[in-house]
Amino acid sequence: MVAQPDDPPLIAARGLTKHFGDFTAVDGIDVEVRRGEAFGFLGPNGAGKSSTMRMIGCVSPPSGGTLRVLGMDPITHGSQIRGRLGVVPQRDTLDEELTVRENILVYGRYFGLPRSVIRERATELLEFAQLSERADELVEPLSGGMKRRLTIARSLVNEPELLMLDEPTTGLDPQARHALWDRLFRLKRSGVTLVLTTHYMDEAEQLCDRLVVMDGGRIVAEGSPRQLISEHSTREVLELRLATDDHELYEAKVSDLATRVEVLPDRLLLYTDDGDAAAKIVHERGLAPLSTLVRRATLEDVFLHLTGRTLID
Amino acid sequence: MWNRALAHWLAHYRRVWRGTIISGILQPLFFLLAMGMGLGTLVDAGTSGGIEGVDYLLFLAPGILAAQAMQTAVFESTFPVLGAIKWQRQYHAMLAAPLGIPDIVLGHLVFVMMRVAMTSTIFVTIATLFGAITSWWVLLALPVAVLTGLAFAAPVVAFAARQRNESGFNMLFRFIVLPMFLFSGTFFPVEQLPTALELIARITPLWHAVELCRGLALETMTLAGAAAHVAYLVVLAGIGIQLALMSVRKRLIL
Repeated sequence: MVAQPDDPPLIAARGLTKHFGDFTAVDGIDVEVRRGEAFGFLGPNGAGKSSTMRMIGCVSPPSGGTLRVLGMDPITHGSQIRGRLGVVPQRDTLDEELTVRENILVYGRYFGLPRSVIRERATELLEFAQLSERADELVEPLSGGMKRRLTIARSLVNEPELLMLDEPTTGLDPQARHALWDRLFRLKRSGVTLVLTTHYMDEAEQLCDRLVVMDGGRIVAEGSPRQLISEHSTREVLELRLATDDHELYEAKVSDLATRVEVLPDRLLLYTDDGDAAAKIVHERGLAPLSTLVRRATLEDVFLHLTGRTLID
Repeated sequence: MWNRALAHWLAHYRRVWRGTIISGILQPLFFLLAMGMGLGTLVDAGTSGGIEGVDYLLFLAPGILAAQAMQTAVFESTFPVLGAIKWQRQYHAMLAAPLGIPDIVLGHLVFVMMRVAMTSTIFVTIATLFGAITSWWVLLALPVAVLTGLAFAAPVVAFAARQRNESGFNMLFRFIVLPMFLFSGTFFPVEQLPTALELIARITPLWHAVELCRGLALETMTLAGAAAHVAYLVVLAGIGIQLALMSVRKRLIL
Protein backbone atom coordinates (compact mmCIF):
# COMPACT_ATOMS: atom_id res chain seq x y z
CA MET A 1 0.00 0.00 0.00
CA VAL A 2 1.50 3.30 -1.03
CA ALA A 3 0.52 6.46 0.80
CA GLN A 4 -1.36 8.94 -1.35
CA PRO A 5 -0.35 12.54 -0.81
CA ASP A 6 -3.97 13.56 -0.20
CA ASP A 7 -4.56 10.82 2.38
CA PRO A 8 -5.22 12.41 5.76
CA PRO A 9 -2.37 11.59 8.14
CA LEU A 10 -3.02 8.78 10.66
CA ILE A 11 -1.26 10.82 13.30
CA ALA A 12 -1.04 14.60 13.27
CA ALA A 13 0.54 16.43 16.20
CA ARG A 14 1.09 20.18 16.40
CA GLY A 15 2.99 21.66 19.31
CA LEU A 16 2.24 18.52 21.30
CA THR A 17 3.31 18.98 24.91
CA LYS A 18 3.28 16.87 28.05
CA HIS A 19 4.11 18.13 31.53
CA PHE A 20 4.43 16.05 34.68
CA GLY A 21 4.35 18.69 37.39
CA ASP A 22 7.33 20.95 36.70
CA PHE A 23 8.93 18.42 34.37
CA THR A 24 8.35 18.80 30.64
CA ALA A 25 8.51 15.36 29.07
CA VAL A 26 7.42 16.43 25.59
CA ASP A 27 8.11 19.99 24.58
CA GLY A 28 6.00 21.06 21.64
CA ILE A 29 6.64 18.51 18.91
CA ASP A 30 5.16 18.42 15.41
CA VAL A 31 4.72 14.97 13.93
CA GLU A 32 2.84 13.58 10.97
CA VAL A 33 2.55 9.89 10.16
CA ARG A 34 0.95 8.74 6.93
CA ARG A 35 -0.79 5.50 6.09
CA GLY A 36 1.53 2.63 5.20
CA GLU A 37 4.58 4.27 6.70
CA ALA A 38 7.00 2.80 9.21
CA PHE A 39 7.80 5.70 11.47
CA GLY A 40 10.33 5.74 14.28
CA PHE A 41 10.89 7.80 17.40
CA LEU A 42 14.55 7.62 18.32
CA GLY A 43 16.13 9.06 21.39
CA PRO A 44 17.94 8.32 24.62
CA ASN A 45 16.03 7.35 27.76
CA GLY A 46 13.97 10.27 28.98
CA ALA A 47 13.77 11.90 25.55
CA GLY A 48 9.96 11.82 25.66
CA LYS A 49 9.37 8.92 23.26
CA SER A 50 7.17 6.85 25.54
CA SER A 51 5.20 9.87 26.73
CA THR A 52 4.49 10.68 23.10
CA MET A 53 3.45 7.08 22.41
CA ARG A 54 1.13 7.10 25.42
CA MET A 55 -0.53 10.30 24.23
CA ILE A 56 -1.05 8.80 20.77
CA GLY A 57 -2.34 5.63 22.45
CA CYS A 58 -4.98 7.76 24.22
CA VAL A 59 -3.92 6.78 27.74
CA SER A 60 -2.28 10.07 28.60
CA PRO A 61 -4.02 13.39 27.92
CA PRO A 62 -1.77 15.99 26.24
CA SER A 63 -0.93 19.06 28.33
CA GLY A 64 -0.85 21.29 25.26
CA GLY A 65 -0.93 21.45 21.48
CA THR A 66 -3.22 19.49 19.22
CA LEU A 67 -3.22 15.79 18.48
CA ARG A 68 -5.34 13.89 16.01
CA VAL A 69 -5.13 10.12 15.67
CA LEU A 70 -7.03 8.50 12.77
CA GLY A 71 -8.59 11.93 12.35
CA MET A 72 -10.06 11.96 15.86
CA ASP A 73 -9.25 13.74 19.11
CA PRO A 74 -7.86 11.30 21.73
CA ILE A 75 -9.50 13.26 24.54
CA THR A 76 -13.03 12.92 23.21
CA HIS A 77 -12.74 9.75 21.13
CA GLY A 78 -10.12 7.73 23.00
CA SER A 79 -12.13 4.55 23.06
CA GLN A 80 -12.97 4.67 19.33
CA ILE A 81 -9.35 5.36 18.44
CA ARG A 82 -8.05 2.56 20.66
CA GLY A 83 -10.43 0.18 18.97
CA ARG A 84 -8.48 0.68 15.74
CA LEU A 85 -4.98 0.73 17.23
CA GLY A 86 -2.63 -2.10 18.06
CA VAL A 87 -0.45 -1.40 21.05
CA VAL A 88 2.78 -3.16 22.02
CA PRO A 89 3.75 -1.48 25.28
CA GLN A 90 7.29 -1.20 26.55
CA ARG A 91 6.58 -3.68 29.34
CA ASP A 92 4.47 -6.72 28.56
CA THR A 93 0.92 -6.74 29.85
CA LEU A 94 0.25 -10.45 29.33
CA ASP A 95 -1.70 -12.48 31.85
CA GLU A 96 0.96 -15.02 32.77
CA GLU A 97 -1.49 -17.37 34.43
CA LEU A 98 -3.39 -17.83 31.18
CA THR A 99 -2.25 -19.88 28.22
CA VAL A 100 -0.76 -18.30 25.13
CA ARG A 101 -4.00 -18.78 23.20
CA GLU A 102 -6.21 -17.58 26.06
CA ASN A 103 -4.29 -14.32 26.17
CA ILE A 104 -5.33 -13.63 22.59
CA LEU A 105 -8.90 -14.85 23.10
CA VAL A 106 -9.44 -12.61 26.13
CA TYR A 107 -7.77 -9.63 24.46
CA GLY A 108 -9.99 -10.06 21.42
CA ARG A 109 -13.02 -9.87 23.70
CA TYR A 110 -11.87 -6.42 24.86
CA PHE A 111 -12.54 -5.25 21.30
CA GLY A 112 -16.01 -6.75 21.30
CA LEU A 113 -15.18 -9.23 18.56
CA PRO A 114 -17.33 -12.36 18.22
CA ARG A 115 -15.75 -15.47 19.76
CA SER A 116 -15.70 -17.37 16.46
CA VAL A 117 -13.77 -14.54 14.77
CA ILE A 118 -11.30 -14.31 17.64
CA ARG A 119 -10.72 -18.06 17.65
CA GLU A 120 -9.96 -18.05 13.95
CA ARG A 121 -7.65 -15.05 14.18
CA ALA A 122 -5.90 -16.47 17.25
CA THR A 123 -4.88 -19.53 15.28
CA GLU A 124 -3.56 -17.39 12.42
CA LEU A 125 -1.76 -14.99 14.73
CA LEU A 126 -0.10 -17.79 16.68
CA GLU A 127 1.11 -19.16 13.38
CA PHE A 128 2.40 -15.70 12.43
CA ALA A 129 4.19 -15.33 15.77
CA GLN A 130 5.64 -18.85 15.50
CA LEU A 131 3.92 -19.83 18.74
CA SER A 132 1.48 -22.48 17.46
CA GLU A 133 3.32 -25.24 19.25
CA ARG A 134 3.11 -23.40 22.56
CA ALA A 135 -0.51 -22.31 22.06
CA ASP A 136 -1.94 -24.21 25.01
CA GLU A 137 0.92 -23.71 27.43
CA LEU A 138 0.96 -21.11 30.17
CA VAL A 139 2.69 -17.82 29.38
CA GLU A 140 4.73 -17.53 32.57
CA PRO A 141 7.62 -19.90 31.64
CA LEU A 142 8.00 -18.56 28.07
CA SER A 143 11.22 -16.76 27.08
CA GLY A 144 11.30 -12.99 26.76
CA GLY A 145 11.34 -13.23 22.97
CA MET A 146 8.29 -15.49 22.89
CA LYS A 147 6.38 -13.20 25.25
CA ARG A 148 7.24 -10.26 23.02
CA ARG A 149 6.04 -12.13 19.93
CA LEU A 150 2.84 -13.01 21.77
CA THR A 151 2.34 -9.37 22.73
CA ILE A 152 2.70 -8.40 19.08
CA ALA A 153 0.39 -11.21 17.91
CA ARG A 154 -2.17 -10.17 20.50
CA SER A 155 -1.99 -6.51 19.44
CA LEU A 156 -3.05 -7.56 15.93
CA VAL A 157 -6.26 -9.33 16.96
CA ASN A 158 -8.42 -6.31 16.05
CA GLU A 159 -6.65 -5.93 12.68
CA PRO A 160 -5.36 -2.47 13.61
CA GLU A 161 -4.73 0.21 11.04
CA LEU A 162 -1.90 1.55 13.15
CA LEU A 163 0.47 -0.55 15.23
CA MET A 164 2.30 1.26 18.03
CA LEU A 165 5.43 -0.47 19.30
CA ASP A 166 7.26 0.97 22.30
CA GLU A 167 10.79 -0.46 22.33
CA PRO A 168 9.68 -3.77 20.84
CA THR A 169 13.01 -5.57 21.11
CA THR A 170 14.66 -4.07 24.19
CA GLY A 171 16.18 -6.79 26.36
CA LEU A 172 16.00 -9.56 23.76
CA ASP A 173 18.89 -11.68 22.53
CA PRO A 174 20.02 -11.22 18.91
CA GLN A 175 18.12 -14.26 17.62
CA ALA A 176 14.89 -13.09 19.20
CA ARG A 177 15.41 -9.57 17.88
CA HIS A 178 15.91 -10.78 14.33
CA ALA A 179 12.87 -13.05 14.57
CA LEU A 180 10.82 -10.05 15.70
CA TRP A 181 12.17 -7.78 12.99
CA ASP A 182 11.22 -10.39 10.44
CA ARG A 183 7.62 -10.39 11.74
CA LEU A 184 7.47 -6.59 11.78
CA PHE A 185 8.84 -6.42 8.27
CA ARG A 186 6.08 -8.74 7.07
CA LEU A 187 3.48 -6.55 8.75
CA LYS A 188 4.89 -3.47 7.13
CA ARG A 189 4.80 -5.17 3.73
CA SER A 190 1.18 -6.13 4.29
CA GLY A 191 0.33 -2.45 4.66
CA VAL A 192 0.10 -1.96 8.43
CA THR A 193 1.32 1.45 9.51
CA LEU A 194 4.03 1.02 12.13
CA VAL A 195 5.06 3.57 14.71
CA LEU A 196 7.89 2.47 16.95
CA THR A 197 10.29 3.81 19.49
CA THR A 198 13.74 2.41 19.83
CA HIS A 199 17.21 3.23 20.93
CA TYR A 200 18.69 0.59 18.68
CA MET A 201 19.96 2.29 15.56
CA ASP A 202 20.11 -0.93 13.56
CA GLU A 203 16.45 -1.45 14.36
CA ALA A 204 15.59 2.01 13.11
CA GLU A 205 17.67 1.56 9.95
CA GLN A 206 16.08 -1.82 9.24
CA LEU A 207 12.47 -0.92 9.84
CA CYS A 208 11.82 2.79 9.54
CA ASP A 209 11.01 4.68 6.36
CA ARG A 210 11.14 7.90 8.29
CA LEU A 211 12.11 8.84 11.78
CA VAL A 212 12.56 11.67 14.22
CA VAL A 213 15.35 11.93 16.74
CA MET A 214 14.09 13.22 20.09
CA ASP A 215 16.19 14.68 22.87
CA GLY A 216 14.97 16.43 25.98
CA GLY A 217 11.38 16.37 24.80
CA ARG A 218 12.14 18.04 21.47
CA ILE A 219 12.60 16.79 17.94
CA VAL A 220 16.19 17.49 16.96
CA ALA A 221 16.22 15.86 13.52
CA GLU A 222 13.78 14.33 11.08
CA GLY A 223 14.02 12.36 7.86
CA SER A 224 14.75 8.94 6.37
CA PRO A 225 17.74 7.09 7.84
CA ARG A 226 19.71 7.92 4.67
CA GLN A 227 18.75 11.60 4.80
CA LEU A 228 19.70 11.88 8.44
CA ILE A 229 23.11 10.39 7.78
CA SER A 230 23.78 12.68 4.85
CA GLU A 231 22.53 15.76 6.69
CA HIS A 232 24.12 15.20 10.07
CA SER A 233 27.18 13.17 9.28
CA THR A 234 29.83 12.70 6.65
CA ARG A 235 29.73 9.71 4.34
CA GLU A 236 32.52 7.88 6.13
CA VAL A 237 34.20 7.69 9.50
CA LEU A 238 37.88 7.02 10.07
CA GLU A 239 38.60 5.44 13.44
CA LEU A 240 42.18 5.98 14.62
CA ARG A 241 43.80 4.19 17.53
CA LEU A 242 47.08 5.75 18.57
CA ALA A 243 49.83 4.66 20.96
CA THR A 244 48.84 7.09 23.69
CA ASP A 245 46.83 7.22 26.87
CA ASP A 246 45.36 10.56 25.90
CA HIS A 247 43.97 10.77 22.40
CA GLU A 248 43.05 14.40 23.01
CA LEU A 249 46.72 15.36 22.47
CA TYR A 250 46.40 14.34 18.84
CA GLU A 251 43.14 16.11 18.07
CA ALA A 252 44.84 19.25 16.74
CA LYS A 253 47.16 17.20 14.52
CA VAL A 254 44.31 15.71 12.52
CA SER A 255 41.53 18.28 12.86
CA ASP A 256 42.19 19.69 9.37
CA LEU A 257 41.57 16.24 7.83
CA ALA A 258 37.93 15.97 8.83
CA THR A 259 34.78 18.04 9.05
CA ARG A 260 34.57 16.98 12.68
CA VAL A 261 36.80 15.07 15.07
CA GLU A 262 35.50 13.26 18.09
CA VAL A 263 37.83 12.22 20.91
CA LEU A 264 37.06 8.97 22.69
CA PRO A 265 39.16 7.42 25.46
CA ASP A 266 40.60 4.78 23.14
CA ARG A 267 40.38 6.35 19.70
CA LEU A 268 39.71 9.36 17.52
CA LEU A 269 36.76 9.48 15.15
CA LEU A 270 37.37 11.53 12.03
CA TYR A 271 34.18 12.39 10.15
CA THR A 272 35.14 12.70 6.51
CA ASP A 273 33.74 11.88 3.08
CA ASP A 274 36.92 10.03 2.10
CA GLY A 275 38.25 7.96 4.97
CA ASP A 276 41.02 6.27 2.97
CA ALA A 277 42.49 9.58 1.84
CA ALA A 278 42.48 10.89 5.41
CA ALA A 279 44.10 7.69 6.66
CA LYS A 280 46.85 8.07 4.05
CA ILE A 281 47.66 11.60 5.22
CA VAL A 282 47.70 10.43 8.86
CA HIS A 283 50.37 7.91 7.93
CA GLU A 284 52.31 10.52 5.90
CA ARG A 285 52.36 12.78 8.95
CA GLY A 286 54.13 10.02 10.83
CA LEU A 287 51.46 9.63 13.50
CA ALA A 288 51.86 5.83 13.28
CA PRO A 289 48.41 4.75 14.44
CA LEU A 290 48.09 1.28 16.01
CA SER A 291 45.10 0.71 13.81
CA THR A 292 42.92 2.53 11.32
CA LEU A 293 39.38 1.61 10.36
CA VAL A 294 37.37 3.24 7.62
CA ARG A 295 33.64 2.60 7.79
CA ARG A 296 30.43 4.08 6.46
CA ALA A 297 28.71 6.52 8.77
CA THR A 298 25.69 4.97 10.50
CA LEU A 299 22.59 6.25 12.15
CA GLU A 300 24.38 5.62 15.42
CA ASP A 301 26.93 8.31 14.56
CA VAL A 302 24.10 10.73 13.82
CA PHE A 303 22.33 9.76 17.00
CA LEU A 304 25.36 10.20 19.23
CA HIS A 305 26.21 13.46 17.51
CA LEU A 306 22.71 14.85 18.01
CA THR A 307 21.99 13.55 21.51
CA GLY A 308 25.51 13.48 22.93
CA ARG A 309 27.51 10.70 24.51
CA THR A 310 26.61 11.57 28.08
CA LEU A 311 24.87 8.70 29.80
CA ILE A 312 21.27 9.42 30.66
CA ASP A 313 19.54 7.25 33.23
CA MET B 1 -18.03 -2.70 28.11
CA TRP B 2 -17.39 -3.76 31.73
CA ASN B 3 -18.50 -7.27 30.80
CA ARG B 4 -15.38 -7.52 28.62
CA ALA B 5 -13.18 -6.86 31.67
CA LEU B 6 -15.26 -9.38 33.60
CA ALA B 7 -14.62 -11.93 30.83
CA HIS B 8 -10.91 -11.59 31.53
CA TRP B 9 -11.25 -12.21 35.28
CA LEU B 10 -13.50 -15.22 34.65
CA ALA B 11 -10.97 -16.69 32.22
CA HIS B 12 -8.26 -15.99 34.78
CA TYR B 13 -10.28 -17.62 37.55
CA ARG B 14 -10.72 -20.79 35.51
CA ARG B 15 -6.93 -21.14 35.76
CA VAL B 16 -6.46 -20.33 39.44
CA TRP B 17 -9.63 -21.52 41.19
CA ARG B 18 -7.93 -24.47 42.90
CA GLY B 19 -5.83 -22.14 45.01
CA THR B 20 -8.92 -20.32 46.24
CA ILE B 21 -10.63 -23.42 47.60
CA ILE B 22 -8.66 -23.56 50.87
CA SER B 23 -9.15 -19.94 51.89
CA GLY B 24 -12.58 -19.62 50.36
CA ILE B 25 -14.36 -22.72 51.52
CA LEU B 26 -12.33 -24.79 53.96
CA GLN B 27 -11.32 -21.90 56.22
CA PRO B 28 -14.87 -20.83 57.10
CA LEU B 29 -15.78 -24.46 57.63
CA PHE B 30 -12.85 -24.89 60.00
CA PHE B 31 -14.09 -21.91 61.99
CA LEU B 32 -17.58 -23.38 62.03
CA LEU B 33 -16.29 -26.73 63.29
CA ALA B 34 -13.77 -25.43 65.82
CA MET B 35 -15.82 -22.59 67.23
CA GLY B 36 -19.33 -23.81 66.58
CA MET B 37 -18.95 -27.41 67.67
CA GLY B 38 -15.90 -27.23 69.92
CA LEU B 39 -16.36 -23.95 71.73
CA GLY B 40 -20.11 -24.01 71.10
CA THR B 41 -20.59 -27.09 73.28
CA LEU B 42 -19.16 -25.15 76.23
CA VAL B 43 -21.24 -22.06 75.47
CA ASP B 44 -24.44 -24.02 75.17
CA ALA B 45 -23.69 -25.86 78.45
CA GLY B 46 -23.21 -22.51 80.25
CA THR B 47 -25.75 -20.82 82.50
CA SER B 48 -27.41 -18.83 79.73
CA GLY B 49 -27.69 -21.82 77.43
CA GLY B 50 -26.24 -20.65 74.11
CA ILE B 51 -26.29 -16.95 73.26
CA GLU B 52 -29.54 -15.22 74.16
CA GLY B 53 -31.15 -18.62 74.08
CA VAL B 54 -29.83 -19.54 70.64
CA ASP B 55 -27.50 -22.49 70.04
CA TYR B 56 -23.99 -21.15 69.51
CA LEU B 57 -23.66 -22.93 66.16
CA LEU B 58 -26.80 -21.20 64.87
CA PHE B 59 -25.55 -17.88 66.24
CA LEU B 60 -22.14 -18.30 64.67
CA ALA B 61 -22.94 -19.50 61.13
CA PRO B 62 -24.45 -16.25 59.77
CA GLY B 63 -21.59 -14.33 61.39
CA ILE B 64 -19.09 -16.45 59.50
CA LEU B 65 -21.10 -15.93 56.32
CA ALA B 66 -20.71 -12.14 56.62
CA ALA B 67 -17.07 -12.33 57.70
CA GLN B 68 -16.25 -14.65 54.82
CA ALA B 69 -17.86 -12.20 52.39
CA MET B 70 -15.56 -9.52 53.78
CA GLN B 71 -12.45 -11.67 53.57
CA THR B 72 -13.11 -12.92 50.07
CA ALA B 73 -13.84 -9.39 48.86
CA VAL B 74 -10.80 -7.84 50.54
CA PHE B 75 -8.47 -10.54 49.27
CA GLU B 76 -9.78 -10.32 45.69
CA SER B 77 -9.44 -6.53 45.74
CA THR B 78 -5.89 -6.26 47.02
CA PHE B 79 -3.23 -8.41 45.32
CA PRO B 80 -5.13 -8.90 42.03
CA VAL B 81 -5.71 -5.14 41.71
CA LEU B 82 -2.13 -4.13 42.42
CA GLY B 83 -0.99 -6.99 40.17
CA ALA B 84 -3.20 -5.73 37.35
CA ILE B 85 -1.58 -2.31 37.77
CA LYS B 86 1.99 -3.19 38.56
CA TRP B 87 3.02 -6.81 38.08
CA GLN B 88 1.08 -8.52 35.32
CA ARG B 89 -0.44 -5.21 34.26
CA GLN B 90 -3.71 -6.58 32.90
CA TYR B 91 -5.42 -3.20 33.48
CA HIS B 92 -2.95 -1.63 31.05
CA ALA B 93 -3.86 -4.24 28.45
CA MET B 94 -7.56 -3.38 28.89
CA LEU B 95 -6.78 0.30 28.61
CA ALA B 96 -4.95 -0.28 25.32
CA ALA B 97 -8.25 -1.65 24.02
CA PRO B 98 -11.46 0.40 23.92
CA LEU B 99 -12.19 -0.19 27.64
CA GLY B 100 -12.23 2.86 29.91
CA ILE B 101 -11.52 3.22 33.62
CA PRO B 102 -15.20 2.66 34.63
CA ASP B 103 -15.28 -0.56 32.58
CA ILE B 104 -12.07 -1.79 34.18
CA VAL B 105 -13.18 -1.02 37.75
CA LEU B 106 -16.75 -2.19 37.33
CA GLY B 107 -15.72 -5.40 35.56
CA HIS B 108 -13.37 -6.25 38.40
CA LEU B 109 -15.92 -5.41 41.11
CA VAL B 110 -18.57 -7.56 39.44
CA PHE B 111 -16.07 -10.41 39.37
CA VAL B 112 -15.40 -9.96 43.09
CA MET B 113 -19.16 -10.01 43.74
CA MET B 114 -19.43 -13.24 41.77
CA ARG B 115 -16.64 -14.74 43.85
CA VAL B 116 -18.43 -13.70 47.04
CA ALA B 117 -21.71 -15.12 45.75
CA MET B 118 -19.94 -18.37 44.98
CA THR B 119 -18.18 -18.84 48.32
CA SER B 120 -21.28 -17.70 50.21
CA THR B 121 -23.54 -20.15 48.41
CA ILE B 122 -21.17 -23.01 49.09
CA PHE B 123 -20.86 -22.02 52.73
CA VAL B 124 -24.60 -21.69 53.26
CA THR B 125 -25.19 -25.06 51.63
CA ILE B 126 -22.65 -26.83 53.78
CA ALA B 127 -23.65 -24.98 56.96
CA THR B 128 -27.27 -26.00 56.33
CA LEU B 129 -26.21 -29.63 55.97
CA PHE B 130 -24.39 -29.28 59.32
CA GLY B 131 -27.59 -27.97 60.87
CA ALA B 132 -25.92 -24.62 61.51
CA ILE B 133 -28.51 -22.79 59.41
CA THR B 134 -32.18 -23.76 59.64
CA SER B 135 -34.22 -20.96 58.09
CA TRP B 136 -35.11 -20.36 54.45
CA TRP B 137 -34.68 -16.66 55.18
CA VAL B 138 -30.96 -17.31 54.76
CA LEU B 139 -31.60 -17.11 51.01
CA LEU B 140 -31.96 -13.36 51.53
CA ALA B 141 -28.65 -13.37 53.39
CA LEU B 142 -26.92 -14.36 50.13
CA PRO B 143 -27.55 -11.04 48.35
CA VAL B 144 -26.63 -9.36 51.63
CA ALA B 145 -23.29 -11.18 51.55
CA VAL B 146 -22.76 -10.00 47.96
CA LEU B 147 -23.60 -6.41 48.96
CA THR B 148 -21.18 -6.78 51.87
CA GLY B 149 -18.55 -7.94 49.42
CA LEU B 150 -19.08 -4.87 47.26
CA ALA B 151 -19.06 -2.53 50.26
CA PHE B 152 -15.63 -3.88 51.20
CA ALA B 153 -14.22 -4.47 47.73
CA ALA B 154 -14.85 -0.97 46.34
CA PRO B 155 -12.94 1.05 48.99
CA VAL B 156 -10.24 -1.63 49.10
CA VAL B 157 -9.75 -1.33 45.32
CA ALA B 158 -9.28 2.41 45.91
CA PHE B 159 -6.71 1.62 48.61
CA ALA B 160 -4.93 -1.03 46.55
CA ALA B 161 -4.61 1.25 43.51
CA ARG B 162 -2.64 3.70 45.65
CA GLN B 163 -0.10 1.19 46.94
CA ARG B 164 3.51 1.09 45.73
CA ASN B 165 4.01 -2.46 47.04
CA GLU B 166 2.16 -5.12 48.98
CA SER B 167 3.30 -4.05 52.46
CA GLY B 168 0.20 -1.88 52.83
CA PHE B 169 -1.92 -5.00 52.43
CA ASN B 170 -0.36 -6.60 55.50
CA MET B 171 -1.38 -3.51 57.46
CA LEU B 172 -4.88 -3.70 56.05
CA PHE B 173 -5.24 -7.35 57.01
CA ARG B 174 -3.64 -6.99 60.45
CA PHE B 175 -5.13 -3.76 61.65
CA ILE B 176 -8.48 -3.53 59.86
CA VAL B 177 -9.69 -6.91 58.63
CA LEU B 178 -8.57 -9.10 61.53
CA PRO B 179 -9.87 -6.81 64.31
CA MET B 180 -13.18 -6.49 62.49
CA PHE B 181 -13.34 -10.24 62.09
CA LEU B 182 -12.75 -10.73 65.83
CA PHE B 183 -14.69 -7.83 67.37
CA SER B 184 -17.61 -6.98 65.08
CA GLY B 185 -20.00 -9.59 66.35
CA THR B 186 -18.93 -12.61 64.31
CA PHE B 187 -18.16 -14.74 67.37
CA PHE B 188 -20.03 -12.99 70.20
CA PRO B 189 -22.50 -10.13 70.62
CA VAL B 190 -20.76 -6.76 70.63
CA GLU B 191 -22.63 -5.97 73.87
CA GLN B 192 -19.99 -8.09 75.57
CA LEU B 193 -17.36 -5.45 74.75
CA PRO B 194 -16.54 -2.45 76.94
CA THR B 195 -18.87 0.40 75.94
CA ALA B 196 -16.26 2.37 73.98
CA LEU B 197 -15.26 -0.66 71.95
CA GLU B 198 -18.87 -1.63 71.47
CA LEU B 199 -19.57 1.77 69.91
CA ILE B 200 -16.62 1.36 67.58
CA ALA B 201 -17.76 -2.15 66.67
CA ARG B 202 -21.22 -0.83 65.80
CA ILE B 203 -19.89 1.61 63.24
CA THR B 204 -17.80 -0.99 61.39
CA PRO B 205 -19.32 -2.25 58.16
CA LEU B 206 -18.83 -5.86 59.20
CA TRP B 207 -21.09 -5.41 62.24
CA HIS B 208 -23.92 -4.22 59.99
CA ALA B 209 -23.34 -7.16 57.67
CA VAL B 210 -23.23 -9.65 60.54
CA GLU B 211 -26.39 -8.21 62.11
CA LEU B 212 -28.20 -8.44 58.79
CA CYS B 213 -27.14 -12.00 58.03
CA ARG B 214 -27.82 -13.14 61.58
CA GLY B 215 -31.17 -11.38 61.78
CA LEU B 216 -32.25 -13.13 58.59
CA ALA B 217 -30.88 -16.56 59.49
CA LEU B 218 -32.41 -16.45 62.96
CA GLU B 219 -35.62 -14.79 61.74
CA THR B 220 -35.28 -11.91 64.21
CA MET B 221 -34.72 -9.06 61.75
CA THR B 222 -37.17 -6.18 61.58
CA LEU B 223 -37.82 -4.36 58.32
CA ALA B 224 -36.60 -1.02 59.70
CA GLY B 225 -33.46 -2.62 61.09
CA ALA B 226 -32.74 -4.34 57.81
CA ALA B 227 -33.28 -1.11 55.87
CA ALA B 228 -30.80 0.76 58.08
CA HIS B 229 -28.11 -1.91 57.71
CA VAL B 230 -28.63 -2.18 53.95
CA ALA B 231 -28.52 1.61 53.60
CA TYR B 232 -25.22 1.72 55.47
CA LEU B 233 -23.68 -0.90 53.18
CA VAL B 234 -25.09 0.70 50.02
CA VAL B 235 -23.67 4.11 50.97
CA LEU B 236 -20.28 2.57 51.75
CA ALA B 237 -20.31 0.74 48.41
CA GLY B 238 -21.30 3.93 46.57
CA ILE B 239 -18.55 6.01 48.15
CA GLY B 240 -16.10 3.15 47.63
CA ILE B 241 -16.89 2.95 43.92
CA GLN B 242 -16.28 6.68 43.48
CA LEU B 243 -12.97 6.42 45.33
CA ALA B 244 -11.99 3.33 43.34
CA LEU B 245 -12.65 5.12 40.05
CA MET B 246 -10.58 8.10 41.18
CA SER B 247 -7.65 6.02 42.43
CA VAL B 248 -7.46 3.72 39.43
CA ARG B 249 -7.73 6.66 37.03
CA LYS B 250 -5.00 8.53 38.87
CA ARG B 251 -2.73 5.50 38.72
CA LEU B 252 -3.28 4.47 35.11
CA ILE B 253 -3.87 7.73 33.25
CA LEU B 254 -0.62 9.64 33.54
